[in-house]
Amino acid sequence: MPVLRWIRRNLVVIAGLLTLAYMILPNIVVMVFSFNKPNGRFNYAWQRFSLDAWKDPCGVADLCGSLSLSLQIAFWATLGATALGTMIAFALVRYRFRARGAINSLIFLPMAMPEVVMAASLLTLFLNMGAQLGFWTVLIAHIMFCLSFVVTAVKARVMSMDPRLEEAARDLYAGPVQTFLRVTLPIAAPGIAAGALLAFALSFDDFIITNFNAGSTVTFPMFVWGSAQRGTPVQINVIGTAMFVLAVLMVLVGQLIASRRKSNARN
Amino acid sequence: MSLTEAPPAPPSQPEEPKELKLRKPSTRKRLVPYWLLLPGILWLVVFFALPLVYQASTSVQTGSLEQGFEVTWHFQTYVEALREYYPQFIRSLLYAGTATILCLLLGYPLAYLIAFKAGRWRNLVLVLVIAPFFTSFLIRTLAWKTILADGGAVVDVLNTLHVLDVTSWLGWTESNRVLATPMAVVCGLTYNFLPFMILPLYTSLERIDGRLHEAAGDLYATPATTFRKVTFPLSMPGVVSGTLLTFIPASGDYVNAELLGSTDTKMVGSVIQSQFLRVLDYPTAAALSFILMAIVLLAVTLYIRRSGTEDLV
Repeated sequence: MPVLRWIRRNLVVIAGLLTLAYMILPNIVVMVFSFNKPNGRFNYAWQRFSLDAWKDPCGVADLCGSLSLSLQIAFWATLGATALGTMIAFALVRYRFRARGAINSLIFLPMAMPEVVMAASLLTLFLNMGAQLGFWTVLIAHIMFCLSFVVTAVKARVMSMDPRLEEAARDLYAGPVQTFLRVTLPIAAPGIAAGALLAFALSFDDFIITNFNAGSTVTFPMFVWGSAQRGTPVQINVIGTAMFVLAVLMVLVGQLIASRRKSNARN
Repeated sequence: MSLTEAPPAPPSQPEEPKELKLRKPSTRKRLVPYWLLLPGILWLVVFFALPLVYQASTSVQTGSLEQGFEVTWHFQTYVEALREYYPQFIRSLLYAGTATILCLLLGYPLAYLIAFKAGRWRNLVLVLVIAPFFTSFLIRTLAWKTILADGGAVVDVLNTLHVLDVTSWLGWTESNRVLATPMAVVCGLTYNFLPFMILPLYTSLERIDGRLHEAAGDLYATPATTFRKVTFPLSMPGVVSGTLLTFIPASGDYVNAELLGSTDTKMVGSVIQSQFLRVLDYPTAAALSFILMAIVLLAVTLYIRRSGTEDLV
């Protein structure tokens, strides 16, 4: 049986592609149903084609407000977590000091703990302090849980850096500030960028920790959660699709620029 | 002016005033790592470690919302919480464990495909693995409601193939529906945490030197033997970090159980959430989340010990 033999030879590829299909399937469903005109409140069954939701993505009350709030929180959380995390990463890789082990575990623990535990304990702190739940408590929480991921991403990059490059800069009479800005930072930049991107994605998409610590503030994931009970507007599919397409485009453009640069460097 | 003239070690014999000048920056230099660490570590201590202490204290308090809570070292809360909610704990570990194994089985071929077989498609496939991240995971989880809906294509096919008869007999589904059953919840968990498995697997597979595969072939190893003796052992760091990144969040998740499951598939995260935000029984909620934390940390420690990758962190 040649077919069976072909399948056996390409088993890994077939299995891998099936997994990929499993991963992409919901995105396709989200995309298709963004063109649906549902009957009633629930957008679960296909009725007929319509562009209404695409023409008016903010047509649902509070949807775009929650979206812009999520973007703001993600922006500030990324800024805070990246700044604090990069500093920690440099300290951990570049210096030997006491309490390194303890600090390493303090950074590892938030990643090794179910989110709901962190969410609940942070809420007990805020309740005990009598803090007003809202924008600030959410921001504090997001910086907290993004921090460890940024440290890990930046650490990996700084660890693989050749220290001789900085020595060379110093030998060429560059001051410490100059060395840092012109040599160290550019080399570490991809790690810092990866950490920042991860922080942004994590913060923007976080539901569990936000749900505990937001009070009556509604972020985009909380809006989606609430709408799951009341009936999801088609506009949510539109925003989901737009985000997916935008992300793919961004990566492809980035790749294009990178390959251009490479071929330019070769010439 | 410049530090390059002096050796990095602080000079030991004070003879010139120049030496004094050099000593000062060296003490300042010794403090540099602490200044770098201070803000971030302070943040983690105040908003991660301290809350755990508060929660520990809450879990041994008694009282009510109206009269206020008081620390009475009432450890009975733990016993009662476990007695009442042990099914949810067992279910959480069972679902998270199953999802982790499924993620490994599904994710390994894809990671292998990207690392060794994709060629010039590699970047595109990687993008397709990461891009779903950018559509909110709640939206994607809701899409599973459409996919697994009663009378939908998936359920019809499974019904025609009599798969649902078998799974119903096993207790994974109910007669001819998938939604609101354990199978739907595990399917959602597997789906949501797959990227967390694939990326570490890919990173560790990509580091393997392709010449090792050739060498194994030259030594008359079959592809299967090569995989068993060379590829898989070398990918262990990825397997360990992937399973941890999948199992830990999955064990505390309540989104999949709430959106795709029913009251019979509630996980412990749901209970913690409703005790904290709806019932407002803070001691029980705190005790539950401490038990979950203890179980997960214990499981993780044992697993890391057994897999022999303690230098993971």
